[in-house]
Amino acid sequence: MNLPVPGNPDKVQPDSFAFDATSEVEIAKALARYPAERKASAVMPMLYIVQDQMGRLTGSAWIPVVAMDEIARRLEIAPIRVYEVASFYFMYNRNPIGTYHLQVCTTTSCWLRGSDDVVAACKKATGISNFGETSADGKFTLTEVECLGACSNAPILQVDNDFYEDLDGPRTEALIEALRRGERPEPGPTIDRCGSAPEGGRRTLLEDAVAVAGIPQGQG
Amino acid sequence: MLSDKDRIFTNLYGQNDWKLAGARSRGDWDNTAAILAKGREAIITDMKASGLRGRGGAGFSTGMKWSFMPKGDGPLPHYLVINGDESEPGTCKDREILRNDPHKLIESALIAAFAIGAHVAYIYIRGEFYNEARHLQYAIDEAYAAGLLGPNAAGTGWDFDFYIHRGAGAYICGEETALIESIEGKKGQPRMKPPFPAGAGLYGCPSTVNNVESIAVTSTIMRRGASWFAGLGRPNNAGTKLMAISGHVNTPCVFEEELGVSMKEIIEKHGGGVRGGWDNLLAVIPGGCSVPLLPKSICETVLMDYDSLRAERTALGTACMIVMDKSTDIIKAIARFSQFFKHESCGQCTPCREGTGWMMRVMNRMVEGRAEIEEIDMLEQVTRQVEGHTICALGDAAAWPIQGLIRHFRPEMEQRIREYKMRHGGTGLVQVPQGALVSDSIAAE
Amino acid sequence: MVKVFIDGAPIEVPAGSSALQACEAAGKEIPRFCYHERLSVAGNCRMCLVEVVNAPKPVASCGFPVGEGMQILTDTEKVRRARRAVMEFLLINHPLDCPICDQGGECDLQDQAYGYGSGVSRYEEEKRAVTDKNLGPLVKTVMTRCIQCTRCVRFCTEIAGTPELGAVSRGENLEITTYVEKALTSELSGNLIDICPVGALTSKPGAFQARPWELKKTDAIDVMDAVGTNIVMQVRGGEVKRIVPRVNDEVNEEWLSDKGRFSVDGLKHRRLDRPWVRVHGKRQAVSWQDAFVAVAKRLEGVAGDRIGAIAGDLCDAESMTALRDLMSALGSENIDCRQDGAIYDLSDRARYTFASGIVGIEDADALLIVGAVPRHDAPVLNARIRKRYLAAGRGGFPIGVIGAQPSDPTWGYEAVGDGPAALNGLLDGSNPFAAVLKAAKKPMIILGHGALTRKDASAIQSSVWKLAEEVGAVGPDWNGFNILHTAASRVAGLDLGFLPGKGGRSVAGMLKGGVEVLWLLGADEFPVGEIGPDTFVIYQGHHGDAAAARADVILPGAAYTEKSGTWVNTEGRVQQSFQAVFPPGEAREDWRILRAFSDVVGYRLPYDTIESLRARMASINPVFAGGVALAGTGQAAQGGEIDGAEPFRVPVQSYYLTNPISRASETMAECARVYGPVAAIAAE
Repeated sequence: MNLPVPGNPDKVQPDSFAFDATSEVEIAKALARYPAERKASAVMPMLYIVQDQMGRLTGSAWIPVVAMDEIARRLEIAPIRVYEVASFYFMYNRNPIGTYHLQVCTTTSCWLRGSDDVVAACKKATGISNFGETSADGKFTLTEVECLGACSNAPILQVDNDFYEDLDGPRTEALIEALRRGERPEPGPTIDRCGSAPEGGRRTLLEDAVAVAGIPQGQG
Repeated sequence: MLSDKDRIFTNLYGQNDWKLAGARSRGDWDNTAAILAKGREAIITDMKASGLRGRGGAGFSTGMKWSFMPKGDGPLPHYLVINGDESEPGTCKDREILRNDPHKLIESALIAAFAIGAHVAYIYIRGEFYNEARHLQYAIDEAYAAGLLGPNAAGTGWDFDFYIHRGAGAYICGEETALIESIEGKKGQPRMKPPFPAGAGLYGCPSTVNNVESIAVTSTIMRRGASWFAGLGRPNNAGTKLMAISGHVNTPCVFEEELGVSMKEIIEKHGGGVRGGWDNLLAVIPGGCSVPLLPKSICETVLMDYDSLRAERTALGTACMIVMDKSTDIIKAIARFSQFFKHESCGQCTPCREGTGWMMRVMNRMVEGRAEIEEIDMLEQVTRQVEGHTICALGDAAAWPIQGLIRHFRPEMEQRIREYKMRHGGTGLVQVPQGALVSDSIAAE
Repeated sequence: MVKVFIDGAPIEVPAGSSALQACEAAGKEIPRFCYHERLSVAGNCRMCLVEVVNAPKPVASCGFPVGEGMQILTDTEKVRRARRAVMEFLLINHPLDCPICDQGGECDLQDQAYGYGSGVSRYEEEKRAVTDKNLGPLVKTVMTRCIQCTRCVRFCTEIAGTPELGAVSRGENLEITTYVEKALTSELSGNLIDICPVGALTSKPGAFQARPWELKKTDAIDVMDAVGTNIVMQVRGGEVKRIVPRVNDEVNEEWLSDKGRFSVDGLKHRRLDRPWVRVHGKRQAVSWQDAFVAVAKRLEGVAGDRIGAIAGDLCDAESMTALRDLMSALGSENIDCRQDGAIYDLSDRARYTFASGIVGIEDADALLIVGAVPRHDAPVLNARIRKRYLAAGRGGFPIGVIGAQPSDPTWGYEAVGDGPAALNGLLDGSNPFAAVLKAAKKPMIILGHGALTRKDASAIQSSVWKLAEEVGAVGPDWNGFNILHTAASRVAGLDLGFLPGKGGRSVAGMLKGGVEVLWLLGADEFPVGEIGPDTFVIYQGHHGDAAAARADVILPGAAYTEKSGTWVNTEGRVQQSFQAVFPPGEAREDWRILRAFSDVVGYRLPYDTIESLRARMASINPVFAGGVALAGTGQAAQGGEIDGAEPFRVPVQSYYLTNPISRASETMAECARVYGPVAAIAAE
């Protein structure tokens, strides 16, 4: 944990944080999901809301300490409880990141299908040399992540919230170049397949959808 | 093998409309009230009779689990908690339900919640499934708008609310009590059991935690009958199951299949065969990374179901296979799992916190061969020291893949060590100092 | 009760007991690190694994509830193997720095490694290093030694009520930290040192001072507040090196306030170690005899009613008794132990003590605090309030407050008012908290010195007493009318009648020339500047604080660590403390000083031994001999008018600097600097 301490010249933590109107709408929705006396449950959604707001307003989706303190205040819990949660879950960025968060899965299923090539392509296209670093232009942060849960579409690169699937080196580079141009290619498989169906066409569910369900329409 | 007429997840690939209209056209939400009219006990009895075993990996009878919930109306609310924290390497089946069949899940959740006396369900969806959660949220909003959720949900007379809680990158939250902690706004650290969730779960209230798939099949079982479901698969291994194949096959995919079909058949049919042909197969991890791998010899004949795989000292787990061909560095493949478990250990209890890091470091040396032969035994002992001594099963899960590797691939590990020694100037028997380089070594020959 | 079998032997334990408790009841020692009987169960260290017959795996006994007929095995090969495994894991990343670790000799990890550790390490990988944290002036960290048992996190969260420590990150990166660097704000933080089972949290002021096995241990009573915390003074080389709490479930459980623990260095500084006499305005060191003669000469011809004595906040009952008798012999009725000018209802001992007892807090089901700040007045007692607050659960222990509290008193409360006027609202029922108190079966009222030191204290007490009667706080089965004292000597002083006699002067009356000769027994907490310029001042005490500077004669006495003595805590509990070290230089035990002086003025106090002095105390008030206390030692509250316009004072004095010893302590000075003045907020 590299927290700036008072007097640290490389201070990155802002001095204040306030939720904007968009966030307030989301906070209200989040709080409505839990019993009123259990509002501490909303700490995880609130951390996301902070991260989204930071991304929206500053181009870097991360969670400053002051924002965690504000969450603690809103939820009437001790700040340390928010710090604990924010540091426990891997998806909360406690340090600033690039505009695009490249999260490449290198766990075995992806590795077996060429995640090494995806990593190499990410590094080549962004100029980043190690995981956890941000490109010189501030556009990309490269993170090694554990299994993303889309193993049949391996290897995967998650860009912010979107999965790009069935990648190889060249397609990864092309994707990053597109991002650099400000485009957002459609997420999903980058080869010819429908979702997680086999490449080249599905081998099951070939009959009519309704008949398949085995339920006559309009029953009872 | 399963025929299309017996498939439950009929929009598995999102080939059709996943929204309410599409779901209705596939039979979802069709007179749900009639199902609830059977009553709590009848539904639970049906679920037991169907033989459905938990689809998240542990394989415990779903109907039985529901029956553990307190009967009648106690002072505390009941909760249904749905585990959509699918994070085990190799596993990618619930994702398809969430994004392509969300209404089947919501309707089934209503039935399940009614059966356990819950008016509220939370589904815990792993944070990375952002778009999947969006689909589900859309479906939830549709369902509320259509009166399928909320007071008197779907005209059943049962009030039912359904909420999403998104995770944020922690495999351990797939453990049911860690998941509950996480919903409560804490770190996902598993609780000690007892108490079990049916006694004191979410917010200290009676709760049932089920896998997404276990819940999602409920509506179809209710409609088509327990005997239909029980008639599929093999005795004690009933029904259909979402499975997946990843790794070295020609067409990795997710699919629904009957339990008890041979692994080889499944790989051939759905996976399009092993890359380079069946004989190029090295090993298969049958159900997520926490289950021990099987070498090709066993894969020839083993059936994909709970009991058949247990007999081979592994497990069905999530039935999501990782196939590895002969080009695979099998030690590295397993070492990567060790890295995974070290990364995902919550750090709460000693054996897992310290053991996963230890195992990973030794495994990483094993990949290089920078180890002593005796260290294989030591590594095995360390896995035994972790196994069975932790609060939750993550310790076991971290130990088992290594045990499977040693059980089936010990000669490869020894060979790797000997090669390292040779490369570094030893004879294959003589110890080489750590970090010694070829150029430094006293190359006698 | 549930019958279980421990290693084959049957034993009955209460239902709901854990396997560990059952094993302990059967006399089987179960090793543990994370388990602590006063904290919630974490079950994370896994050291307490036992075998339960028919359970598939070893179970963590700390969190495993027993069932009827359960068979628990505590010493099988399986159990030993499991514990050895856990010990190996704990040690792989633990540094081998025991020779320089302050925990050495009293380290649970070290001790248990003898039983379950291996002589060699199989761990060839790189060891983990964890950055140390700065937790403030009191608690030192060596975080690489931490075994992540989370006792400290649970202590801060549950007992201290200052949730500032957490376990952040996860897996092998899990570390104990405040995350954002800050000093722990608890007044109980020193207890972290005791509950940490390893050398991760140790005493910062006491670092590298002494080894536990070299220390001579003496039982004593803490005097930094009026709780009467039971302590052990640990001595090496004639110096108290360390003060730690002693278990007394009725008083302090096993906690000690930071002032009680860390003021210890104040015993070395600014000590009065020889008699002094002021001659022509300049103080000169003199012999005891010369000092006594100087005092005796000044007393010659002074009428008794022109002599006065004030007893300070740290005094033992023995020295107060001797001074009281001396004054009486000199014909003076001008004695007072109430430096702060507090007014008590002395007609009934129950009205000037914490009558329900500290454990009574755990029975109470509603609480009204009037003019007290428990977190600062008595941190250990405050922990009991928090304990009750947590045990009762949401809304189960409503607390109303009249007056100011720190920004976080460590429990939730309802502000009832900022001054005594709020009492009227409670009496006439217009304040909704009156209904809360009435509804309670065992309501409690804590009246503090913010209220008792006011001019209208009598009227406030009358009102509070009336309220107590109305809401059922006082009755035959329950007495929840409690006075929270802050001075360790006070209740003994009141019990002994160290109070102005008939026509005698109180503290205020002795100032501004009210007396010609003023004898101060460790008294520094009154307006010293208001002593009349011509008043001859004798200061008998141990520290060169405010009053010593004003004194004409200084008689060096003994601090509480240097004498055997009796203290009576806020509950009225009589407790004895033993001498751990000798007073410095020529300083002497205080009662002996008074006894010796009495010879010089021709009135020999009739006791030569502490036993005979204690017999004298018992003759004044049988409570000192374990008998029934005198019902009362003085007058009832006089009533009068409440000054409704005046809110209760916000204490301005730093918690860390309330007496001559703590003011002499560098550690306490550092605390006062770091924590700043007491941040109190008005209740409304």
